[in-house]
Amino acid sequence: MTILDEREGSRETAVNPKLERRARRRDAWRGFFHAAPAFLYLTLFFTLPLIIVFVFSFASRGRTGRPLLEAWNIDSWTRLFEPLVRTIAVRSFWLAVLNTALCLLVGYPFAYWIATRRKQATRNILLVAVLIPFWSNFLVRTYAWRMLLDSDGYITQFGEMTGLWGRLLFTVPAVFLGLLYGYLPFMVLPLYAAIERLDWSLVEAGRDLYASGAAAFRRITLPLSRPGIIAGSILVFIPSLGAYVTPDILGGAKTTLLGNYIVTQFGAARNWPFGSSISGAILIVMLAVTVFYFRSGGRTL
Amino acid sequence: MTLNQGAAARPWVDRILAINGWLVFAFLYLPILVVIVFSFSASPNVGIWGGFSLHWYDRMFGNEQLMNALRNSLWVAAWSTVISTVLGTAAALAIDRYRRWLGRGVFDAVLYLPVIIPDVTMAVMLLMWFTQVNITLGRLSIILAHIAFNISFVAIVVRARLANMDPAMEEAAADLYASRWQAFRRITLPLIMPGVLGGGLLALTLSLDDVVITSLVQGPGSATLPVYVFGLIKRSVTPEINAVSTLMLAASIILVLASLAFQRRGERSG
Repeated sequence: MTILDEREGSRETAVNPKLERRARRRDAWRGFFHAAPAFLYLTLFFTLPLIIVFVFSFASRGRTGRPLLEAWNIDSWTRLFEPLVRTIAVRSFWLAVLNTALCLLVGYPFAYWIATRRKQATRNILLVAVLIPFWSNFLVRTYAWRMLLDSDGYITQFGEMTGLWGRLLFTVPAVFLGLLYGYLPFMVLPLYAAIERLDWSLVEAGRDLYASGAAAFRRITLPLSRPGIIAGSILVFIPSLGAYVTPDILGGAKTTLLGNYIVTQFGAARNWPFGSSISGAILIVMLAVTVFYFRSGGRTL
Repeated sequence: MTLNQGAAARPWVDRILAINGWLVFAFLYLPILVVIVFSFSASPNVGIWGGFSLHWYDRMFGNEQLMNALRNSLWVAAWSTVISTVLGTAAALAIDRYRRWLGRGVFDAVLYLPVIIPDVTMAVMLLMWFTQVNITLGRLSIILAHIAFNISFVAIVVRARLANMDPAMEEAAADLYASRWQAFRRITLPLIMPGVLGGGLLALTLSLDDVVITSLVQGPGSATLPVYVFGLIKRSVTPEINAVSTLMLAASIILVLASLAFQRRGERSG
């Protein structure tokens, strides 16, 4: 950032104000034209569809489930307060919160451990070992647990033999395990990036001033790695809240989450306006979380 | 970076961190390894070992529907990667190289949204939009949807590269009477190339992996490989899925290694 800011500063001090203004205007046009194709594309296939979600959420339901645009109402929004929807929303919310917390609890010491290896080569190898599951197909990684937890698989047999657990597949714990497994790498990477570029001389200075290891961690390391904590939490929380594949494969009828519930509205339930209002509500939560992130000083994800 | 030793002060803390570290790695890798190992099992039961066999790979390559899904996947991924890489790179240049233009702030915000929006919401909003503007659901709608989320990922990767680039290079080219286009072709593009290729590979991976969005905007016969496999898993779990999964994992690992190779090359030249 600093490089760019300096560059801007040096432009400001150019001699001829008229030429300067013309150059700036030309630059403005060039910027606009570079952005135009992507801007146009995203307007057509992102912004307008985003708006249509909110428009359709006020429409009424046609016979095939498609929205009828003549009769506007807020029925789909009031339905959000029905007990069933509330149960599903609360379940999704708590699973997402729990998943984010556990990812952080497991991921932070893990990222810290990788980032504090002394040799650059060791750090790089360990990082690649995190990147491979991060890039691996999410569906395949979820399927792995579907297979592991299968009723005649070894994990179930072991659980039944020792009496520690019964059948896990199609229960809430299975969905939770799947979410944790699926999103842990999303937490680790931003944490690693934040801890890796931390200025360790500050920690040393703290230690020199007789701070205990724990105090130095709490007062220096933890606050300095905050951007990573927040970025990682957003990257885990938002997709967990809208999870669809994991509960669909590892969950059963009693583990429906918001993601599945929305898709049902566009399939079997044939109620697009209602599906729109749930999506709209999720979008609002998501925007609130992101705005909070950028307000709290974060820059990039 | 030798200063990192400041953190590894106490041996017992480090011991616990190491134990946690290896446990997490075991957690991340064991399930994947089990899938790979059992794809070579002769037993028709997914969780029981029945001796080594390539039977399921044979079945996979003989499955016409699956091969059709693979072809769809590659077709969709190729188009969406090429288009989103071009659009995303231009978008990154627009935001990073030109600081003031009408709509820059809005564009910057819109560019981030597809990354953080949950897949399901993106899927339903595109489904509604495609039906509203009468775009037939099929390969075309899948490609259009994939480009929509890939542009942002490409732009983010390229922007990270641009941020590390010295603008003096381009200024030097201009001082030496290079035209705008020459400066871009000969200086900027080679310098950001690792970012462009990295972004392209990410787009390719995301396109090949996507299940949720594709399964909602697909039409008859246009299912991609992950969507087809998703359907299989929901019906019944067969060892054939293990074979397909192994194939997909191999593809992911190749893509990771390729992207790391590009990055490394970029570090040397930049």
